[in-house]
Amino acid sequence: MGRHTRGQPVPAAYQDTDAELLAALRAGDEQAFVLLVRRHHSTMLRLALGYVASQAIAEEVVQDTWLAVLRGISGFEGRSSLRTWVLRILVNRARTAGERERRSIAVPDPEPAVDPARFDGSGSWASPPERWVEEARDRLRAAKVTARLRSAIGELPQRQREVVLLRDVDGLSSGEVCSVLDISEANQRVLLHRGRSRLRQVLETEFGRV
Amino acid sequence: MRRLLLPRRRDLVCQQAVELVTDYLEGALSPADRRRFEAHLAGCPHCTEYLAQMRSTIELTGGIAAEDLPPQMRDDLTAVYRRWRAGGE
Repeated sequence: MGRHTRGQPVPAAYQDTDAELLAALRAGDEQAFVLLVRRHHSTMLRLALGYVASQAIAEEVVQDTWLAVLRGISGFEGRSSLRTWVLRILVNRARTAGERERRSIAVPDPEPAVDPARFDGSGSWASPPERWVEEARDRLRAAKVTARLRSAIGELPQRQREVVLLRDVDGLSSGEVCSVLDISEANQRVLLHRGRSRLRQVLETEFGRV
Repeated sequence: MRRLLLPRRRDLVCQQAVELVTDYLEGALSPADRRRFEAHLAGCPHCTEYLAQMRSTIELTGGIAAEDLPPQMRDDLTAVYRRWRAGGE
């Protein structure tokens, strides 16, 4: 049935849970495999790109991950969700692949959520947020900022980008994100906060223009 | 839970409130900090707007369609699957 989410038609099969796909996969259903790959592909590729230098290497990491998933599927015990398990394998492989070219993981910069110049000496808004929430509810106007939002996510520092992608684009729970990235809940929140705050700034600027 | 770096019982100012938005949305504030945050919002339309914007940001981010699998990649992965099924990998 054509259930619609956020205006996008969702193929009925997309609504199978990972658990159902897992059962089908174990039963040798190739369609289930393709569906699972499609469902997670863009997240996996974008995650991998945070660790390796090129699109080609990232694609290899994604392929290697799926092979590892297939090889391990009979032993998968379901202690984590299928998605968490797959993404953990991906992150491990991407880290290994990116080891030689690894950028140093800098301590998260202490960038504030809002430019300090927008507050007065007492910490109250001097230049309050431009109002745009109503405009964001207008689908056409929202569509106009989507491309900018997508590129803004790409420009976030790696760890922030990972957390935003997993939480807000792909809809993982905070627990799943911590498990996939091996970070604490507190760290996850800091990264999410910085990433979301930056995206809000971008949207404020963009809605001021459309 | 993140403790605020300011004396207790003092009112929050806007610049502090905006840094608490994510912890608030994540349910990670202590009950006392949550009350102070909500008390600030009740008297501050700008921070109320700011919180609404953060919610809107999350919603717009969630609406970004996943890029679909390129056909070449789908073919490659289907081949991986078939080799695995055939016992070759």
